[in-house]
Amino acid sequence: MAEVIKVDSTLDCKGLICPEPIVKTNMSIKKLQIGQVLVMESTDAGATSDMHSWAKRTGHQLLKEEQEGKVLKFYVKKMK
Amino acid sequence: MADEKPKRIALIASKGTLDMAYPPLILATAAISMDMEAGIFFTFYGLDIINKHKFNSLKVPPLANPAMPVPMPNILGALPGMTAMATMMMKSWMSKANVATIPKLLDMAKEGGVRLIGCQMTMDVMGVKKEDLIDGVEIGGAATFLDFAVDANVSLFV
Repeated sequence: MAEVIKVDSTLDCKGLICPEPIVKTNMSIKKLQIGQVLVMESTDAGATSDMHSWAKRTGHQLLKEEQEGKVLKFYVKKMK
Repeated sequence: MADEKPKRIALIASKGTLDMAYPPLILATAAISMDMEAGIFFTFYGLDIINKHKFNSLKVPPLANPAMPVPMPNILGALPGMTAMATMMMKSWMSKANVATIPKLLDMAKEGGVRLIGCQMTMDVMGVKKEDLIDGVEIGGAATFLDFAVDANVSLFV
């Protein structure tokens, strides 16, 4: 797992809860170019499930998930 | 997915209490963030959620609500001032959890293109005028909502 993902933008959603992480993620991904990667950082325990559903419905790709302490990091590639 | 017809959620908001204002607004704002179309029909007491004189001061009823985080006998809930107290407590918990406020959710909904439809019949009954409603709402009746809802994938009454 030496894969390094080039990150184009980071979105801090720490402290926010449903539905704001999803709403802000969607707003942020719209500002990127296709193929670029957004990292969304969240402390919302519901974010994992929500981000999977969001990616499935919007067609963007969830490349990787990480956890650092209470902070969840979602790497999302803009697909369209 | 881009070529498919967008999915759609049609919601009815019929309650004007703080707690019941959240579900339709949260679902609608989440839906538009998932590339869905969303619309909310505000009817009966739900009209208060888009009433510019009231949306900022919706309240929590302490009566007949066994789910209050601090359980309270109904007889106490009926006392003057208890609604204000229950509302204050709820707002304090919400604020601690960093939940978006109703005005903020309304802004997010409008920004994302959620159709906010005020019920004309309710406005007539309650004496509410178009100027009393927040900007960015449309007004219509049952047929307006049904015309939107008949093509929805999800439809909920709150």
